[in-house]
Amino acid sequence: MKKIHVRYFALFRDQVGRDEETIETEASDPAGLYAELQARHDLGLGADRLKVAVNDEFTSWDRSLSDGDRIVFIPPVAGG
Amino acid sequence: MIEFGLTREPIDTEQWRRRMFDLTCGGYAAFEGWVRDHNEGQEVLRLEYEVYETLALSEGNKILAEAIERFGVTGAACVHRHGELRLGDVAVWVGVSAAHRDEAFKACRYVIDEVKIRLPIWKKEHYVAGDSGWVNCERCAAHGHAHETDRPRQPETAGV
Repeated sequence: MKKIHVRYFALFRDQVGRDEETIETEASDPAGLYAELQARHDLGLGADRLKVAVNDEFTSWDRSLSDGDRIVFIPPVAGG
Repeated sequence: MIEFGLTREPIDTEQWRRRMFDLTCGGYAAFEGWVRDHNEGQEVLRLEYEVYETLALSEGNKILAEAIERFGVTGAACVHRHGELRLGDVAVWVGVSAAHRDEAFKACRYVIDEVKIRLPIWKKEHYVAGDSGWVNCERCAAHGHAHETDRPRQPETAGV
């Protein structure tokens, strides 16, 4: 088990009801972790609609996660 | 000059413009994005922008560096506001200085287009009708990714 710090923004913050949490997980990559969170919090957006950032950098869905990583699942953006 | 900023305060576009002056440049192109009173058939009352600051700053600086490299412009700057905004407020400002106008226009267009699709910034619209919604998120969440409204929106109608 590793501990991963998750931050939620925008739609996800509203849906989860908090802006961060620490998760103990067996998930090896962001794709696995998102599937867990999607089920736990009933998140409507599919992973194909999102980007993901680990430790403040955009990354791929299959990179490996390490204990203590900080992750953000990024719902569709709307700046400008 | 190359600078990307995020602010909760009103954007002082004149102050940003003055900082673009450069005697090697023959001109400057700018874009201001304003908070408009309607979106997709709904009357908008006010807006809220939320930002993932660390990543937005690094990605914003990356976009400006790309604009300078691709178009050979001299200076590029951008500032995006977040927090609560009212109708008519400037939400984003882009400025580009260059020896000649053509590259200034092109680089300015490049920066605002990339800002809109790449920066981790979200917009919540509060409607006159009383409800609210996260732009680009709510419909796709409700209707699944195959829905027609999920297609990329055209720049002409994407607006602020």
